[in-house]
Amino acid sequence: MPAKIAVKDVSKSYASDKGPLHVVDSISFEVGDGELVAIVGPSGCGKSTLMNIIAGFDRPDQGCVSTDGVLRTEPSSRGILISQHGSVFPWLTVQQNLMFGLNGHPHEEKEALADHYAEMVGLKGFEASYPHELSGGMLKRAELARALVVKPEILYMDEPFSALDALMNLRMRNELLRVLTEEHHTVLLITHDVEEAIHLADRILVMSARPGRIQARFDVPMAHPRRLSSSQVQELREAILRELGVEGD
Amino acid sequence: MEKILPSVAIGCLLIVVWWMLVVVTGSVIFPTPLQVVTGIWELSRDGSLWADIGASLYRVGAGFLLAVAFAIPLGLWMGWVRGAYATLNPIFQMLRPISPIAWIPIAILWFGVGNLSPIFLIFISSVFPMVVQTTAGVHAIERRYLRAAANFGVSRYTLFKQVVIPAVLPQIIVGMRVGLGVAWLVVVAAEMIALHSGLGYLIIDSRNAGNRYDLVIAGMIVIGLIGLMLDRAMRLLEGHKLVRWRYAR
Repeated sequence: MPAKIAVKDVSKSYASDKGPLHVVDSISFEVGDGELVAIVGPSGCGKSTLMNIIAGFDRPDQGCVSTDGVLRTEPSSRGILISQHGSVFPWLTVQQNLMFGLNGHPHEEKEALADHYAEMVGLKGFEASYPHELSGGMLKRAELARALVVKPEILYMDEPFSALDALMNLRMRNELLRVLTEEHHTVLLITHDVEEAIHLADRILVMSARPGRIQARFDVPMAHPRRLSSSQVQELREAILRELGVEGD
Repeated sequence: MEKILPSVAIGCLLIVVWWMLVVVTGSVIFPTPLQVVTGIWELSRDGSLWADIGASLYRVGAGFLLAVAFAIPLGLWMGWVRGAYATLNPIFQMLRPISPIAWIPIAILWFGVGNLSPIFLIFISSVFPMVVQTTAGVHAIERRYLRAAANFGVSRYTLFKQVVIPAVLPQIIVGMRVGLGVAWLVVVAAEMIALHSGLGYLIIDSRNAGNRYDLVIAGMIVIGLIGLMLDRAMRLLEGHKLVRWRYAR
């Protein structure tokens, strides 16, 4: 059976004033069905470029991305991208946002689905609110719910919780883990936060500075719920930080 | 109340200065504020003021609505389709700086001296700012929203109805405010040509028929007040819930 996501030898450069800027350099990896794989790397290492290619928003110069063995060349609602800055439409209510991606359902069914997922992420009672009336954390929940409602097989999460404060970040991680026990999704997560990666992922890929390559791979064998203070987690964290060139304390 | 107090104070001061200057210089032609007020009273008593206001508003309404119906679809199209923008924008940029007043001879040639001429002039004057604002509004839609729409794979109809048009609506309203302001400026000038009704006609006729400068200034004040009211009405649109997201935060 082909891997859910297969990235094969993907490279990408951009033209700049000082000649071509090599951003992503022959990256290959696979993500299995239902797996949560995190990619960590320093800022500017080409993580977002890679994510845009994998999600189908950008074309690689070389190599290819396939999902379920089918070549991916454009975005599709089978894989929804959630990015740092968020893209909940400010001119639609929470409910309208959640109904946005639902094509071909009768209106009542759309509403029921939207309300179901609003409740799942803890937005019950805010269906009629506009995004500017919500807090940052609630906005993230709305974004997550809008993705979940179309039942995508894959969630591409590009620094999804980076803009939140530490407490809300932790809370949203737990929410995500809870949702993932209820719904079956394959998740590719990009983050610069090593602890976040260890908290959530089954496997972690470490990317080097530009041009981005996969320089190390780690398995995260601990069962959920994970205690972030455990010695196992601390050792893994230090090993990953060493790969990133930051010595642990 | 406290906000408008300074404006009211300045207004009163100006009226006092105006009155004193007329008295001190002993002008026989330039009216005192009291004469202007009596002039307005006189005009409203015999009904001609209301007829002139109605005539001017009718012309502005017709020309402006035609311009709205023309400019908004055209602006959306120019904003969305690169080729349309590249082709039409230079033409509009060239036509835009031509004062609507310069179109008067052509308006008379094409449409005669009836109502159609001022309606045409108002159309010409208000259509450009609205096309330009709408086009700029489409160009200003943030990429993350268009990407999200592409990700969910919605139809073109949904894309326009739920993303493009609501995103541009605040800009459209700004364009309409500017357009209506210009239209109100132009109707007065247009009516000074050969028509026999309207506030522009009232002013030019009052001067020609016996130097009634009290009525000239009365007409000017009425024009100012109605212009203010039109702008206020357009501002109310900015508070509508469909565009409030733009002004929140």
